[in-house]
Amino acid sequence: MTTRPPIAMLAELTHRCPLSCPYCSNPLELTRKESELDTATWCSVFTQAADLGVLQLHLSGGEPASRRDLTELVAAAHDAGLYTNLITSGIGLSEKRLAELDGAGLDHVQLSLQGTNAQMADMIGGYRGGFDRKMKVAEWIGAIGFPLTLNAVLHRRNLHQLPRAIEMAVEMGARRIEVATVQFHGWAMKNRGAMMPTRAQAAEADGIVAEARKRLKGRLVIDYVPADYHSDYPKRCMGGWGSTGLNVNPEGRVLPCHAAETIPHLQFDNVKERPLHDIWYHGSAFEAYRGTDWMQEPCRSCERKTVDFGGCRCQAMAITGDPAATDPVCIKSPERDALRGMTDEFAGDEDAPLTYRVLS
Amino acid sequence: MIAPQDIPVVPRGVRVHWDRVREGWVLLGPERAITLDPVAHAIMSEIDGHRSLGEIVELLAAKYEAPPEQIATDSAGFLNALLNRRFLEIAS
Repeated sequence: MTTRPPIAMLAELTHRCPLSCPYCSNPLELTRKESELDTATWCSVFTQAADLGVLQLHLSGGEPASRRDLTELVAAAHDAGLYTNLITSGIGLSEKRLAELDGAGLDHVQLSLQGTNAQMADMIGGYRGGFDRKMKVAEWIGAIGFPLTLNAVLHRRNLHQLPRAIEMAVEMGARRIEVATVQFHGWAMKNRGAMMPTRAQAAEADGIVAEARKRLKGRLVIDYVPADYHSDYPKRCMGGWGSTGLNVNPEGRVLPCHAAETIPHLQFDNVKERPLHDIWYHGSAFEAYRGTDWMQEPCRSCERKTVDFGGCRCQAMAITGDPAATDPVCIKSPERDALRGMTDEFAGDEDAPLTYRVLS
Repeated sequence: MIAPQDIPVVPRGVRVHWDRVREGWVLLGPERAITLDPVAHAIMSEIDGHRSLGEIVELLAAKYEAPPEQIATDSAGFLNALLNRRFLEIAS
C-alpha cells in the first residue's frame, strides 16, 4: 500500500484550559506549561506540515487562546500556506485579540458549545460566566466576519438542548454546526456513567438532525457524530489510521490520533528529534495500524474493512484490551453484546457524578 | 438551485489553492479540502462576484470551444453542491 500525504494536522498547542469539561479528549496526564513546545518549534512544525502536504491546520488544545503567542503561530501557519482553523471555547479571546488574529490571516473559527444556556454550559464547563463570555465572543466573530462553525458537544445531560443548539447556530450566522455526541476517550472515559446517552436519546437525535438537515439545506451545514456505543458500525476513525491526518501534542509528540497514547505498546516520535516527513512515512506508531494488513477476524475478511478500517483502535484497546481487535461497537464484534449491556448500564446510572478534568 | 441569472460569490474563508505536493488545484474551506478537476477549476477561476452564471458559461464555452449546454450541465451540479456545503453564495 502506498502511503499518501496527510491532509489535516491537529496541533494541540497546549493542554491548559480555563474550562474543565468532564468529556475533555485530552489525556488524563496533562502536559504542563513548562513542557510545551516554544514558538519557533511550532512555526517549524507548520512549515514542515505544509511541505508534507497538509492543507488544513486545526489549532486546538486545551484552549489555544491560553497560548500568548497564538497570533504569531497563526501568522506562521498562514505564511506556510495552511488553512487555519481555531478550535476554541472563546474564553481568553477579546475583541482586540480576534482583530489581531484576523490580521494574522486566521481562516475559520470553531466555537464549542457546552450547553444552550448559562446554567447548563457553566455547569458542564465548570466555569462560571463562561457562557455569557462565549456569546460575546460569538458576536465579535460575526462582526469580523470569520466563517463560524458551532460545535455542540452532546451527552445524556444536554441532548434535550439539541434543537436549541441548531437554532443558535442559525442566529449566530454560523455556516455549519457540528453535532458531536461525546466520544468516550480521555476524561470522558471517567464519565461514561454520568454522560452516556440513552438509546432513546440517540434515536431522537438522529431524527432531529435528519429533519434539520432538510429544513436548513443551503443555510446551515450539519455534520453529525452520532452516539458511538449505540451504533451498529464503528466510526471511520481518523479516516483510517495514518492515512489522512496526524496530531502533534503540546510536547511535540506526533500521534496518529489524539488518544493514541492509550495504546501501551506504541512508541511516539517527537518533532524535536525527527523530521515530520520521516515520522509520517516511517514512524512505528503510524505504521502499526496503517492499511489493513494488521487486521484479524472478523475485520480481515469483512467487506467493510476499507469503509471503517475496523473502527477505533483506542476503543478496541479500552474495551477489549487488544488494540488490533474489531471495534466492539461493530455488530460483527464478539464483544458487541457485552458493550451493549455496558452501554445500557452506563445510560441508566442516574446517580453518577461528573468527574471534571483537573491538572494533577 | 443556481439559475443562469444568479451571480455566484465565493464567501470569506473559501479559496482556490495550488496543492504543490499533490500537484493539483483544491478548494479550501472550513475544515474541508475539495479536489478541483480542470472544469471545476475553470469555473471557480471565472467567479468574480460580478458575472452571472450565464455569463460564466458563455465565457467558458468560447474559451474551450465547447457547447454551452455541456458547460452549463457540468457547472450546475458542481456549484449546487458548493451552495449546499456553504462554500458558495449567490449575490442578493
